[in-house]
Amino acid sequence: MLDINDLLNTLEAELKRVIVERGLVDPLMIGIRTGGVWVAEQLHQRLGIRDELALLDISFYRDDFSQIGVNPNVKPSQLPQDIKGRDIILIDDVFYTGRTIRAALNEIFDYGRPSQVVLAVLIERNGKEIPLCPDCVGTSIKLNAGQRIKLTGPSPLSIHLQTLDAVA
Amino acid sequence: MIENIQLNSEGKLKHFLSIEGLNKTLLTEILDIADSFIGMNDQQIKKVPLLRGKTIVNLFFENSTRTRTTFELAAKRLSADVLSMSIATSSTSKGESLLDTIRNLEAMFVDMFVVRHAISGAAHFIAQHTSPHISVINAGDGQHAHPTQAMLDMFTIRQVKPDFSNLRVAIIGDILHSRVARSQIQALNILGAAEVRVIAPKTLLPSHVESLGVNVSHDLTSGLKDIDVIIMLRLQKERMTSALLPSESEYFKCFGLTEAKLKIAKPDAIVMHPGPINRGVEIDSKVADGPQSVILKQVSNGIAIRMAIMAMAMQKQGAVG
Repeated sequence: MLDINDLLNTLEAELKRVIVERGLVDPLMIGIRTGGVWVAEQLHQRLGIRDELALLDISFYRDDFSQIGVNPNVKPSQLPQDIKGRDIILIDDVFYTGRTIRAALNEIFDYGRPSQVVLAVLIERNGKEIPLCPDCVGTSIKLNAGQRIKLTGPSPLSIHLQTLDAVA
Repeated sequence: MIENIQLNSEGKLKHFLSIEGLNKTLLTEILDIADSFIGMNDQQIKKVPLLRGKTIVNLFFENSTRTRTTFELAAKRLSADVLSMSIATSSTSKGESLLDTIRNLEAMFVDMFVVRHAISGAAHFIAQHTSPHISVINAGDGQHAHPTQAMLDMFTIRQVKPDFSNLRVAIIGDILHSRVARSQIQALNILGAAEVRVIAPKTLLPSHVESLGVNVSHDLTSGLKDIDVIIMLRLQKERMTSALLPSESEYFKCFGLTEAKLKIAKPDAIVMHPGPINRGVEIDSKVADGPQSVILKQVSNGIAIRMAIMAMAMQKQGAVG
């Protein structure tokens, strides 16, 4: 089974490499609620990011609003007022269809035009539906149609593999 | 009757016509979602894409500045296309019936009507007769209800005093003619306020007012004791001519909120007013502009609360029926 610490170690190393490669200066880290924030909290500390961790709730930017409506548990996003010209590290727990990231990018750009955005996710799984992909991953896995991966946290942070029949 | 058509088969908001018939969970959900829209004020581009491609028509059969503009701004911040019509100056003066006006607008592929009308029940009537995919929001109907105003007031109260169960709220002034007061009383009772007290001369209270779930006082000085939230209502000047009141100055002396009277309430009491205010009639300028006043906050909050209600009413409406 997947070990959370192994994945975090890999992701941390990957991010350090990409920060140098892409020349990120004083980056702002943004975690996507809810799982992405938990992962981001760990990485924020490990990488010694100067600015406070920013939080993004993409509920108002989802593309399935007309099917599922407003998420009643939506929380305000907490981003600095001006992100124009900033280097951004965007963090999520699982990269699946790519739709969450599309929504997140749209929301971020409504706060201003960043200089560059690096996407880091703990787990990338198969099932992509739009042409986006992460820059850094903790691991890439292949799941069957009925399987999904879920993070629980924030402490202890752990990974669960669920089969949809069992979720009911 | 009204509560049935406000909710769809899944119990979600479809129309927003009255506070009556909605439960605490739903009202709290509206307040919570509005909270997140407040966060949007930090965005450089103050817009979310929730209602892109939707068309909202503000149908104002009665004048209004605050309500119409905040509805319009709210719709725009949700990325909807919005059209504001003052019907008093439009086709109806040429003799077109209300339903014909609605039918014509429906033919332009409208998704939502926001309705203000001088006749009680107008929004409800439109909701009953409009196409099933259209949502209707009541922006004030006659003396019946003004539910979005009540919700923005609840939101403003909760920002300062989060626990309704401890709150004693006084509503002061012309309760008889006030749709705002009716909606506020219902919302406060559903949210579980400890006490709702109405303070007014007998001529400005509806008969059997106690049945709304309020305590009654006819004296502002004793009535303000232990109060956490003071809601002043506008004295509609046209009432003066109908012999319900002796004079404006007499009214101010008895029921106008001054700094001295404000001291009778709890020291951290807040002062609210749905606007427009009549300075020197129901409220002294020093109180309206003073540190305990949250009157302008109410106006700002009107945008977020109307965004929440419009977004909720526009979510997927399943199989209709």
